[in-house]
Amino acid sequence: MAEEPLVRWDWIGRNWPNIQGLLVDHVVMALVPVVIGLLIALPLGLAGARWRWLYQPTVGVMNVIYSLPSLAVFIVLIPITGLATRETVMVPLTFYAMAVLIPAVVDGLTSVPDHVRQSAVAMGFTPLRRLLRVELPIAVPVVLAGLRVAAVSSISLVSVGALVGRGGLGYLFIDGWQRQFYTPIVVGIVLTVALAAAADLLLVLAQRLLTPWSRARRTA
Amino acid sequence: MITFNGVTKRYADGTVAVDNLSLEVPTGEITVFVGPSGCGKTTSLRMINRMIDATGGQILLDGVDVKTIDPPTLRRGIGYVIQQAGLFPHRKIVDNVATVPYLLGWDKKKARARAMELLERVGLDLKMADRYPFQLSGGQQQRVGVARALAADPPVLLMDEPFSAVDPIVRASLQEELLRLQSELNKTIVFVTHDIDEAVKLGDRVAVLRVGGKLAQLADPATLLTRPADDFVREFLGRDRGIRRLSFVSGDGLRLRTDLTVPASAEVSSLRGTTEPWLVVVDEDNCPLGWIASKDLPESGTPADVELAPYGTFVKGRDSLRAALDATLLSPSGSAIAVDESGRVVGVAVREALDEELALVAGGVGGVDG
Amino acid sequence: MNWVIDFFTNPDNWSGPDGIPTRLLEHLEFSGISLLLAMLIALPLGLWIGHTGKGALFAILSANAARALPTLGLLVLIVLLMGVGTIVPVLIPLVALAVPPILVNTYEGIRNVDPDLRDAAYGMGLRGGQVLGRVLVPTALPLIMLGLRVAAIQVVSTATVAAYVGLGGLGRFIVDGLATKDFPSTIGGAVLVALLALIVQLGFGLVQRFLVSPGVSQRLTIR
Repeated sequence: MAEEPLVRWDWIGRNWPNIQGLLVDHVVMALVPVVIGLLIALPLGLAGARWRWLYQPTVGVMNVIYSLPSLAVFIVLIPITGLATRETVMVPLTFYAMAVLIPAVVDGLTSVPDHVRQSAVAMGFTPLRRLLRVELPIAVPVVLAGLRVAAVSSISLVSVGALVGRGGLGYLFIDGWQRQFYTPIVVGIVLTVALAAAADLLLVLAQRLLTPWSRARRTA
Repeated sequence: MITFNGVTKRYADGTVAVDNLSLEVPTGEITVFVGPSGCGKTTSLRMINRMIDATGGQILLDGVDVKTIDPPTLRRGIGYVIQQAGLFPHRKIVDNVATVPYLLGWDKKKARARAMELLERVGLDLKMADRYPFQLSGGQQQRVGVARALAADPPVLLMDEPFSAVDPIVRASLQEELLRLQSELNKTIVFVTHDIDEAVKLGDRVAVLRVGGKLAQLADPATLLTRPADDFVREFLGRDRGIRRLSFVSGDGLRLRTDLTVPASAEVSSLRGTTEPWLVVVDEDNCPLGWIASKDLPESGTPADVELAPYGTFVKGRDSLRAALDATLLSPSGSAIAVDESGRVVGVAVREALDEELALVAGGVGGVDG
Repeated sequence: MNWVIDFFTNPDNWSGPDGIPTRLLEHLEFSGISLLLAMLIALPLGLWIGHTGKGALFAILSANAARALPTLGLLVLIVLLMGVGTIVPVLIPLVALAVPPILVNTYEGIRNVDPDLRDAAYGMGLRGGQVLGRVLVPTALPLIMLGLRVAAIQVVSTATVAAYVGLGGLGRFIVDGLATKDFPSTIGGAVLVALLALIVQLGFGLVQRFLVSPGVSQRLTIR
């Protein structure tokens, strides 16, 4: 065991098709929940920003959900969504994403300066147009910051699903552990971190494209 | 006394914020630094307590180069008030005011007692003492800011646009309050503002700075308004310099007539023979009610039966010639009513009296009220 | 549901080295030590970076990278490398998990304090350390506490996976239950971990209420 190198490149070469499959599975299980979480968080966040009394209870519930251990939730879900299915992993991850994104949407919308909102009203924007053309664009940086945290955490959390039979790259950790073999573990860690970094980078680029004004200000 | 000796602030990128500034800030007076943005007025102020260090020249505080004093020690001896008050949100108002006394190691009881005394002094309800800053209005927070700066009784006070974030009415009352405090405390105050009216109102002396950190003129407000050093200062002072200058001329020089008042209860018939076109009608306390034109006198009854014309007053012994001039413009009679502090008529300045006085001022011999 | 009641009412589960009290203590031990170590690393670093502005980019990037580290993968790798003799292998991934939220929130909290406040503090003659301790930290406390709370909850939840490599803690009920198809034990373990996380959450809420000045949380209303 002591002579065992951390990485055996030949193993990676032989198992590449398998690894690719796990990678795709990982991406789907990590990012679909973030997308669904965002789609749910937007209307809920809007409601929370408009009716402040809704906000505290929503955040309270989300905090409780966020504090539930992922492994525990996977297990509780097994009787409903089945052992080793994508759904078992994706349902809790959706809730975690919501727990991060709802406060981000509310914070983003409340970060819109009042004078900007007022002048939009004064110029005759209808509420819907005001939301789409003025408020959401200004909220983008805060929402995207939340989205980065949600995406990176989601990518990292998927692997715990391996303990209930479906964890994308997490399978490599179980495999490596059972065979006392470093290479799959290292490959799993490196790919997970690379995936997270790629997602993070894409979101940073998205922010630059969506909010050209913030970049212009920085160079000015 | 604070002395600027060829003080320069040049930043690493080559920008010069303050350029070879030399001036004196006399003890016990308010010296205002005023100028457009980018003129280095705030930088100059912040170099006094070493929030910024000068890159050339020296600043002396009563003869001691500030560079030789450790900044925190220096700052504890200088009161500092900034635009947004900068109150500590996590501390009650009384503890905010006692910040510097605590730093100087006063015992808690003495520091709090001092804080309470100052809150009262700046005109705050003592109920505010146990509140937190977020529970106070902007004007109240600014008063706390002033109290906090005064807490350890520093001889010098630096005020960096302290009143520019509050509305005009609150600002005016804060300015009055500062002048009242200063008449009791006689601190050496350096006050920075971009508002020339504020500068002229508060300053014993006003230093006008131009962009690039050069001193354009240093003078008392009346001189500044009368004899601006150059086109930049003239333009910065804006319109109506002549009228504004009258604020610094006392109205006491006006010749007053005391034979123009009639009681509201007088019989009209007794006034028939007058040659005066206008008379002031007063009540039983000798307070003015309005003007009456002698040609409009009714057939019978008292002046109280007629609708009186509007009037304007100025307080003798306190108000300026500008206030007196204003009072004449508020009345069809063209005369200003002089009253005492309790509002009783002491005389009337007719237009001829104003003309005489204005001619004196225009001739440059008017009594300048420092 | 009955399974879960059976699990909690079975007296065998309440005593001995496999009992709930022992496992709970083990769980608290991993979590507590990890959180403490993470605080010792992240709090001073976050305060220093927030106060001086030095090294901010580096810290944020490495914190984000650490957030992406899969705890399970890190745990099995370290156990394979070091063996299971001590609890050190489980501490490393848990500390790596807890550092980012504490570091980032502390740094952001300090950095986002109103610059006027900093200016006023220096202007009154507070020294650098006094400005940090008496003004910046109390003002940034809600955010710092948020970072600690998130870190604590993540550590408590994630310490469960230690059981997978043969270490103790509440995760044992889950992992052993899965291996032997003993679902009451699995679900019971899951419920225990969830309860513990909720208690931590509530506990932090209480501590925060006590520590944060009402002037900062603006809990008071004007009377």
